[in-house]
Amino acid sequence: MSDPAMSANTASVALTLTGRTLRLSRRNTEALLISLVLPIMLMLVFVYLFGGALQPGVGTSAYVTYVVPGVLLLCAAFGAALTAGAVSYDMTSGIIDRFRSMDVGGGWFLCSHVVASLARNIVSTTIVLGVALAIGFRPDTTPAHALAAAGVLIAFVLAVSWLSAVVGLIAKTPEAASSFTFVPMFLPYASSAFVPIETMPSWLRGFAEHQPVTPVIETLRGLLLGADVGNSPWLALAWSTGLLLLGVALSGVLFRRRAA
Amino acid sequence: MPSHSPAITAQGLTKRYGDHTVLNDLDLEVDAGSIYALLGPNGAGKTTTVRILATLTTPDSGRATVNGLDVAHQRKHLRRTISLTGQYAALDELQTGRENLGMIGALAGLNRAQARFRSGQLLDQLDLAKAADRQVVTYSGGMRRRLDLAAGLLRRPAVMFLDEPTTGLDPRSREQLWQVISEVAASGTTVLLTTQYLEEADRLADRVAIMDQGRKVVEGTPSELKQQVGGELLRLELADRDAFDLVRARAGKNAMGDASALVLKIPVTGAAPEIRSQMDVLDPDRTLIRHFALHRPDLDDVFFTFTGQPAKTAKELSHV
Repeated sequence: MSDPAMSANTASVALTLTGRTLRLSRRNTEALLISLVLPIMLMLVFVYLFGGALQPGVGTSAYVTYVVPGVLLLCAAFGAALTAGAVSYDMTSGIIDRFRSMDVGGGWFLCSHVVASLARNIVSTTIVLGVALAIGFRPDTTPAHALAAAGVLIAFVLAVSWLSAVVGLIAKTPEAASSFTFVPMFLPYASSAFVPIETMPSWLRGFAEHQPVTPVIETLRGLLLGADVGNSPWLALAWSTGLLLLGVALSGVLFRRRAA
Repeated sequence: MPSHSPAITAQGLTKRYGDHTVLNDLDLEVDAGSIYALLGPNGAGKTTTVRILATLTTPDSGRATVNGLDVAHQRKHLRRTISLTGQYAALDELQTGRENLGMIGALAGLNRAQARFRSGQLLDQLDLAKAADRQVVTYSGGMRRRLDLAAGLLRRPAVMFLDEPTTGLDPRSREQLWQVISEVAASGTTVLLTTQYLEEADRLADRVAIMDQGRKVVEGTPSELKQQVGGELLRLELADRDAFDLVRARAGKNAMGDASALVLKIPVTGAAPEIRSQMDVLDPDRTLIRHFALHRPDLDDVFFTFTGQPAKTAKELSHV
């Protein structure tokens, strides 16, 4: 303002913070490996261990194709949830006080974590998709449909990342924040990700049909396998937008409170 | 800024968490270019004071200025003139020393070339040049603190806040940091530091405020504070716990006692007849006192006089 040389402009702050979280993500090999290995392992378990029993008679290849959208979603949800631990780590390590005493806003700080989460997920989802193709996933899609599927998945990752950032702001320790990853990890099980909802007990069916993961799954499956998607994409986007707005609003309030 | 004007002022700062008052009606005035130490045990309110002055916490009442800027209403401007180094090194372990400084420099508004130049300067000055391209996770505690200090110095702050800068460091690292802090102050930066170490306050500070339970108990230059305790202290080592209790009872309320060490200290002028008669009154049978010594009061004694507890138990108190 009065002395422009002494204050970083907004673009520079945003770039610097994002560069930071990307660099930290790249070097945190442990988290990076887990977010890759876990979905791949799950996919292999589902296809080779459960596949035959879950879908007898259809063969491995057909079940791979059924299960891959679910695995992609699981991978993305888990990866996005890691944001909680990263935010909590910064909130408790003292670096946040340094940022605040330098007048770095909480919005850019949280944004940088969400952007890093997005980048991590794009990379890990691509790798998981590669493995899926290698073991027999045969999509039936068009470039436009694939792009739309990616868009829906990215919107979902954004929403889960912001909500995870909120968890990171609330949690007292990074360990507590990290345990939040269980929520997005298990939600897909109670959806049509791995088994058709019709096979579930009726009390669970109501939840499975109306939770946010199901329309995302149905969209991915429909768009990637050339099936009818109905209103799933819109439901998925509505859920993601709603959760994203909730996350942004909550994080704004919580950051100010936590920082006081 | 003229050197006689205060860099930091505070009137009536009070902060409560629930019904616990962590800071109680604190007044403060710190001259520009000086080193000022807040000395006290954990829970004395030192960190809260620093956080209020660095605009990270809002006081419930009272007002304060730093560099003439109000901590409540001129945060944005104020933040550009200060730096804060907290109790825990605020750095990214997975970035190298140089990368950390580059990041802080960019956030502080330095351009790339400025940040690189200034980082290099500070890495040299703080003896970190060799480790500059290693990730901070490999650094020792002392190196982390020095890098943290470097981060705080990147844009030459007018006021630097150091919250327990040497807690937990080995003596050599502490000595190194003291050297740097002295140099920083010599270059014109005002330094407000908090410490639990009397030696640190004695060694670095132009003025010291002793804090206890959210209040400023006493304030002055280290030598003024020592004078307040008295000319000399008669230090007595007692034979056992019974002897300690007996002699303490005879010595009256002026005596400062450390029961676990069996040591009593009694303010005296230092005149020989006085010491002789004191010893006779306290130990007529000459069986209770094992050793005696005369010494000038150090800040330990000041601390004890004003807070009623020996400084070393301060470290054992838990965080509030």
